[in-house]
Amino acid sequence: MYAFDIERPATVAEAVAALSNEDAQALGGGQTLIPTLKQRLASPEKLVSLTGVAEMKGISSAGGILTVGGGTTHDDVAADGSYKALSELAANIGDPAVRSRGTIGGSIANNDPSACYPAAALGSGATIVTNEREIAADDYFVGMFETALGEGEIITAVKFPIPEKANYQKFVQPASRFALVGVFVAKTADGVRVAVTGASNEGVHRWSAAEEALSKDFSAGALDGLTVSADDLIADLHGSAEYRAHLVSVMTKRAVAAAS
Amino acid sequence: MPKDGGIGAPTRRREDVRFLTGTGQYCDDMNMFGQTAAVFARSTVANGVIKSIDTSAAEAMPGVLAVFTGEDFVEVGGNPAGWLINSRDGTPMHEPKRPVLAHGKVRHVGDAYAAVIAETIEQAKDAVEAIEADIEELPAIVNMKDALAADHFVHDEIGTNQCFDWGWIEDNRAATDAAIKGAHHVTTLELVNNRLVPNAMEPRCSMAQYNRANDEYVLHTTSQNPHLTRLLISAFVLGIPENKLTVIAPDVGGGFGSKIYHYGEEALVLAAAKKIGRPVKWTADRTEAFLTDAHGRDHVTKIELALDKDGNFLAFRTETMANVGAYLSNFSTATPTFLHGTLMAGNYTVPNVYVNVKAVFTNTAPVDAYRGAGRPEATFSLERVIDKAAREIGMDPIELRRKNFIKPDQYPFASAAGLEYDSGNYDALMDQMEKVADMAGFEARRKASEKKGKLRGFGVNAYIEACGIAPSNLVGVLGSRVGLYDAATVRVNATGNLSVMVGAHSHGQGHETAFPQVVAEMLGIDPQSIDIVHGDTSKIPFGMGTYGSRSLAVCGSAVVRATEKIINKAKKIAAHMLEASDGDIELKDGVFSVAGTDKSVTFGEVALKAYIPHEFPLEDIEPGLEETAFYDPANFTYPSGAYCCEVEVDPDTGKVTVESMTAVDDFGNVINPMIVTGQVHGGLGQGIGQALLENTTYDENGQLLSASYMDYVMPRADDLPFYTVDHSQGNACTHNPLGVKGCGEAGAIGSPPTVVNAVIDALQSGGKNVTHIDMPMTPHRVWSAMQNA
Repeated sequence: MYAFDIERPATVAEAVAALSNEDAQALGGGQTLIPTLKQRLASPEKLVSLTGVAEMKGISSAGGILTVGGGTTHDDVAADGSYKALSELAANIGDPAVRSRGTIGGSIANNDPSACYPAAALGSGATIVTNEREIAADDYFVGMFETALGEGEIITAVKFPIPEKANYQKFVQPASRFALVGVFVAKTADGVRVAVTGASNEGVHRWSAAEEALSKDFSAGALDGLTVSADDLIADLHGSAEYRAHLVSVMTKRAVAAAS
Repeated sequence: MPKDGGIGAPTRRREDVRFLTGTGQYCDDMNMFGQTAAVFARSTVANGVIKSIDTSAAEAMPGVLAVFTGEDFVEVGGNPAGWLINSRDGTPMHEPKRPVLAHGKVRHVGDAYAAVIAETIEQAKDAVEAIEADIEELPAIVNMKDALAADHFVHDEIGTNQCFDWGWIEDNRAATDAAIKGAHHVTTLELVNNRLVPNAMEPRCSMAQYNRANDEYVLHTTSQNPHLTRLLISAFVLGIPENKLTVIAPDVGGGFGSKIYHYGEEALVLAAAKKIGRPVKWTADRTEAFLTDAHGRDHVTKIELALDKDGNFLAFRTETMANVGAYLSNFSTATPTFLHGTLMAGNYTVPNVYVNVKAVFTNTAPVDAYRGAGRPEATFSLERVIDKAAREIGMDPIELRRKNFIKPDQYPFASAAGLEYDSGNYDALMDQMEKVADMAGFEARRKASEKKGKLRGFGVNAYIEACGIAPSNLVGVLGSRVGLYDAATVRVNATGNLSVMVGAHSHGQGHETAFPQVVAEMLGIDPQSIDIVHGDTSKIPFGMGTYGSRSLAVCGSAVVRATEKIINKAKKIAAHMLEASDGDIELKDGVFSVAGTDKSVTFGEVALKAYIPHEFPLEDIEPGLEETAFYDPANFTYPSGAYCCEVEVDPDTGKVTVESMTAVDDFGNVINPMIVTGQVHGGLGQGIGQALLENTTYDENGQLLSASYMDYVMPRADDLPFYTVDHSQGNACTHNPLGVKGCGEAGAIGSPPTVVNAVIDALQSGGKNVTHIDMPMTPHRVWSAMQNA
């Protein structure tokens, strides 16, 4: 690790001010950034730790919307239970150490193409709340490790409309236990949303053909005959593009069958 | 048996108290006054010419004390191969120099070409980044087949990428060919024994001190055999006289073979400590461990099994390419040859065996012995081709094995691959396996799995291995450059407790518990009064260390011999004290008595007398009570086993789960059944890891894609089933005093083919005509095989 300065702001305003320095970088739970620093693969001059910002922590529910503070840990989301599919997803991220430090804001800001939370946010039609604005999930996830966040912009909360039914199915990459393919399915009054993580070079994305079929008939059988193109899917030592395409179908069916 | 545990007692491991409470002392836990840090500059390309290395900027960095390059070690020796192999045509193997630091060329990603010594690790890392190395990248030689055909070489000076082309037994070749040609049926299988990264929990660490007042060095290092490491450094590499070099391997957090070998980092810190006059420590990070620890396995094999019309085995013929990586690690040439080819008759009466092994240099990390070392490769080839043959000829796989097993009345049995098996009963192992695995209930379990939409398979395997490595005379004839005896000194202290100095090194095997059980049993005293001393060349006799499941069979035998000498001498002292003839003295429960009388002295009283020899018959007996024995075994030991497992395959995803694993082993006599069970558990975890998870992948440029735990899959608890482990069917080894055979590697040898056989069985039960899948059987591979079937 290279030497760096660290600031520990107590409010979002202080954090934003600290991040106005162009060599400063936000530090959430550190589950990606700290290993990167230890490998000397990043050299920020200043880290701005968000873990002391109280207003970014906690979970509240009102009017069918679950609001999760950006600094809320996976453990806290797992324990909440008011949005069951989301809590179950959080409970299966990483291991206990990761879940006690990692945060939803950090995960969604990083937008790892194999992370779980982006599938929940996109699949639920969530809204990403920052210190500057509110961004619909459909507009937020731009590509692999790319988001709509601007320089110094901080995710203060994520708002999830709680669907009628939802479920997340993850087929794990066996080493990292990130998603080799993860599928989040949510059924709402307005229709069904299906978000896929782990599979695509473009990062998390929706599977519109499945959404259409499931909106008409919310059953695993409605997906029979639907296939996913392997074009532009990830191929690596854990699985080919064709295998991932196949798993998207399998995991979507399983999520539909398990949705509650 | 002594009250707190002699031979056969499941005593809890005393060393676990410190391991489980964080009070162990590993190399990196130790810090010396004035200590400095070494960090290595390592190649990022797999093959390249070192055009120039400019260290001037690095030397000027804050805290930097010295910078070394390969140029600094041109005059010293190379790190040698411990075993000379001759090719079929009689020519000796190619043995290119393995330097302390790369010189002229870098040959694999991670190959160290420079090192910085600085006040702190961070300063050393900063300086490494300031080294300007001009390295011209060359095309990497990665794939073994390509390497043998290539016109450019890992080592230009030898003009080939083939290290040797070995035949075993060359005189059997024609007969084997003829048997295959005339056979009723021949089953052929091409398979890969996948490369594994050892992944000891503790990365390698070496710390050197130099005292210029007496020209003495002390090296603390993560070693499985400190005396061997010292010998290599002294006699081959740096030329430091053995009497001026102490090598200490303190608590070591696992080795699995990878810490048998001497590595260049050890030589570098010694040279650096002398140059700067301060202690120098280097600790590998996990990436260095992935890139530079000697890897395991990596064979590509074609095996043929010839059978007659009744299913009798007529011949096994094997062609193997064995990857040795970029340099010859110390035992890299023995592992694919004499630890592999000699086992290619398995547990069977097969009359003809021929093995051809081509060892191949590639631009990858060196490959050497890893838990099992050659024997897992032999077992895997045999037990996979036998399973395939059973399907082809329509015979039950257990029946086919039983039909060809060596029978109990055939020992000693001269195998067609050149070994003499001393004892065993493979049918009894299979009987016990069928019983404890509840084979009768399999069909019901299969139906239950099918109800859940899963395919269930049953796989079986029989193995034999050669352990207790090894008879020096025999291995000498076969090309070993070392003897493979071991040694022990039993020191009875004046107050009656004992220190036992052993040549074996314990890095997870439980010697500190098991060896005292042996001595306590022999002397009839409390094992808690006996302590084991190991790992320090200044304290222990010259033993060869721990690998090849040898510690108890070889070093334990030396402990027995030394303890026998103690008993003989103690009886003489007791006879003097009791005014009797030493032939009349009996030892029981720690008390020496005159036969047929009530006259006795305790072991403690005899010990005290030995060191306070008043009124002592000095003309007949020396004072003191300390004896040393060296033990060189008469033969290998031959543990064997029958394993089975059941797997479930998810046909939608290809994911395999191991539902049960049964290991029935013949380890001969068992000293501590709890430790033996634990050793089998560990081996099974590694074997299942090899079968399903561990995928060491280099890309075509020689970059290690699986160089971290983000991509290299270590088995976790939830990947493994609860095991059924049984060692009730022991047949004592006939030639060592304890009758023990060794248990450290069995699980890793027996389990991989068992798992693969079970997966094939599961897929076939689902109507998929899949006959083989290479390890690791990842979900993707299993699914792909099903798509193509």
